[in-house]
Amino acid sequence: MSGEAAGPPPATGARPAPGPVRPYQFPRFERRTLVNGMRLLLAPMHALPVVTVHVLLDAGATRDPAGREGVALLAAELLAEGTRRLDGAALVDRFEQLGTALATGADWDSAWCESTVLGPRLDALLTLLADVVRAPAFAPREVDRLAAQRQAELLEQRAEPRSLADDMFARFAYAPRARFAVPAGGSEASVRSIGRDDIVAFHARHVAPASTTVVIAGDVTSDEAERLVTARFGGWSPAGSMGVAPGPGTPAPDAEAPGGRAVHVVAKPDAPQSEVRVGHVAIPRAHPDWLRVHVMNAILGGLFSSRINLNLRERHAYTYGAFSTVDARRNAGTFDVSTAVERAVTAPAVGEILQELSRMQEAPVRADELSLATDYLEGVFPIRFETTEAVAGALANLAIFGLADDYYDGYRARVRALSIDEVWQAARTHLRPAAAQVVVVGDAAAIRAPLESLGLGPVHVWDATGEPAG
Amino acid sequence: MRIPIDTHLLDNGLRVTLSEDHRAPIVAVNLWYHVGSANERTGRTGFAHLFEHMLFQGSEHVGANEHFELVQRAGGMLNGSTWLDRTNYFETLPSHHLELALWLEAERMGRLLPAMTQEKLDTQRGVVMNERRWSVDNQPYGTWWERLPALAFPPEHPFHHSLIGSFADLEAASLDDISEFFRTYYTPDNAVLTIAGDFDPAQALALVRRHFGPIPRGRGTPPLPDMSLPPRLGGWLRSTVEDEVMVPRVYLAFRVPVFGSAASYVAGICGAILGMRRGSLMHRALVREGQVASAVGASTWDLAKGADLLVLDATARPGVDAGRLEQAMVTAVERLRQDGVPDAEVARAVALIETDFVTTMQSASDRADKLSLFATYLGDPHRLNEEVERYRAVTAAGVAAFAREQMGEDNRATLTFVPRAAAAEAA
Repeated sequence: MSGEAAGPPPATGARPAPGPVRPYQFPRFERRTLVNGMRLLLAPMHALPVVTVHVLLDAGATRDPAGREGVALLAAELLAEGTRRLDGAALVDRFEQLGTALATGADWDSAWCESTVLGPRLDALLTLLADVVRAPAFAPREVDRLAAQRQAELLEQRAEPRSLADDMFARFAYAPRARFAVPAGGSEASVRSIGRDDIVAFHARHVAPASTTVVIAGDVTSDEAERLVTARFGGWSPAGSMGVAPGPGTPAPDAEAPGGRAVHVVAKPDAPQSEVRVGHVAIPRAHPDWLRVHVMNAILGGLFSSRINLNLRERHAYTYGAFSTVDARRNAGTFDVSTAVERAVTAPAVGEILQELSRMQEAPVRADELSLATDYLEGVFPIRFETTEAVAGALANLAIFGLADDYYDGYRARVRALSIDEVWQAARTHLRPAAAQVVVVGDAAAIRAPLESLGLGPVHVWDATGEPAG
Repeated sequence: MRIPIDTHLLDNGLRVTLSEDHRAPIVAVNLWYHVGSANERTGRTGFAHLFEHMLFQGSEHVGANEHFELVQRAGGMLNGSTWLDRTNYFETLPSHHLELALWLEAERMGRLLPAMTQEKLDTQRGVVMNERRWSVDNQPYGTWWERLPALAFPPEHPFHHSLIGSFADLEAASLDDISEFFRTYYTPDNAVLTIAGDFDPAQALALVRRHFGPIPRGRGTPPLPDMSLPPRLGGWLRSTVEDEVMVPRVYLAFRVPVFGSAASYVAGICGAILGMRRGSLMHRALVREGQVASAVGASTWDLAKGADLLVLDATARPGVDAGRLEQAMVTAVERLRQDGVPDAEVARAVALIETDFVTTMQSASDRADKLSLFATYLGDPHRLNEEVERYRAVTAAGVAAFAREQMGEDNRATLTFVPRAAAAEAA
């Protein structure tokens, strides 16, 4: 192109018109099942010579035995700390010589091992992963070390207002003995009670071919991927007993706190800023209203240009940012608004948040608000899946939540089809400002009285360990 | 793997890098201005970053907050960030909206000032003060990234002062400062534009010329003070901070050669050997074996003028005091200096860096940002394709020699955080 310009610069504020839309398709993938019952989800992506393996185990924190909260996460973390063949240091070295790190973890609904390598190293990676999943050592020294690490994390968190606010919000949103009221990683007391036997028993019970899905996304054909996985996992025999029933009298993991709206101040003396959480128990991921709630939430607080962020940040300058989220879980996760505001405006900010929740219910959203959210979600969809890791994660979610195979193919059309009425209905049905729990980590001496004067409900004050403090 | 790279220079001095790739209908637009906190004048710390916020407040034909809204409505993601020596603005969109992003960036490069008002400045000042409270003041160890450069660069050096700035200086910022800063630094000849992803190069270049071409060249940026520094700190600098934390944390920093120099790749490998992932020397010694730390890390600051920093960090296990923690870090460094490392340690570091590099290059936004980085700092985006080779060229002997020369007692800065209560008891 040698010409200086394709035309004169726009003299006015006329927005450039978009070009023709170019087609996009979520990567094609296949399901296969090994003879031993292990499932495969395979998405060939050949753009770059990388491949991600995501081993998904149906061994999330909702499987923790009562009183042993934190077992699932410890068991998952310990998978990376040694097998019967290779001790922890040797195992780590094997992965890192392949140019990758083994990431393991657990959330409420699953545990996983994930690693990304350059394509030619896939077989070596699968060999290591099979050893990790099938023959973990759970060496006593590593069990003790990781349990101590978790205790250290809980201690450090007392001075870290963001995760402290998140954990305290969960504690007050759910019923006292509900699993979701305790962090996925467990509490100081529950982690203290966990021994190696608990870990070994948990793994034996929940990790078996039939409860395992291997997701592979990247530079390998489906046939080759199946051949490699079969070679490394095919000899793994079905064992373990799946599923776990809660004991008698145990509330459901997502049972909501009784007693209605309340304010919980977690004291952090002299804090210049208050970490605020406002919300309540929401709906399970598989609920038929999920997408409507998701779009309603985008308008309310999910986007930068949402009502809550424009109000708290751009209108009032109370905060660097304010966002709301609906947490995806098999059981009911939480809806919550999250922000950090200057100490002096804590009460007015909480008041504005609750008003925005009510506004969402009182009148339907404007057409341009709905189109902003749906245009964004539809347009950004391909950008979410540029990497093999992102595609593997998306396929893992199909397995975790039992979504249909065409879920991603149909996503944009379903978003586009949502109406103002459906979004309003979602707000009226699923937002419950009168039942919200308000959690504020901040300077109790300065913020308690203003919060009380809002008249939202009883105001309780706690210390950073969760003990009552006045 | 080679990233396609094509460069162009507009008459007004704007340097353009195009990187075409059609694997998904996505395009990333990325603009780096060669200005950061280092360019701030006395009494205006934090101004470069406050200014970045103002760039989202509209321009002659774009309303307040409309920039965000237009990009999001197009299905795009966007943001900006400020660093010591540059400020960047970027959006990733469905590729048929390429012209929208170019128009928005040209709008604010060419016609920002008519939209600036005192009210917008006051609001963003408040937002930035809350950003400071959130990321620095109310966050455990949050002051580390202004305390460390204050310790490791001499007081008159442009990298010495705080990037996020003091409340007093933020209060003092005026609309006149906005106007002056904009006219001086936000000019096409002080910027680099990168487009990466799904586009037709001839068409994209025509759009760039159409929207950016009429923006006049700047009058030149004032020279920075002399930024050169001796190769080493000349001693072991120390600072201890009492903070609202539960356990100590130690940052151990070394002055190292500037970003992009041959030695900077050796510094990067040294950092990876010591603190990258669980197979690193510090993780093995401090977390796995000694159990004196719960986490360790290593990073460089990518500074391309004067000198860069290589920073090691470690967070203590409860019950371990800061002195013991620092001693364990120093022991790991000394072992590297005295015994060197086997080839396998270097190979591990190179393999990790290479995989990270290739996986990062999957993202159009990351490709664009890296191309802008090399274009801005080194004047040559093609350097991106040499990265892996430059890391591969590092040898065990080179690592040992670098550690001996650059990580000794004459080139260390220790920044230590201790819990307030413990400090009181020790006093």
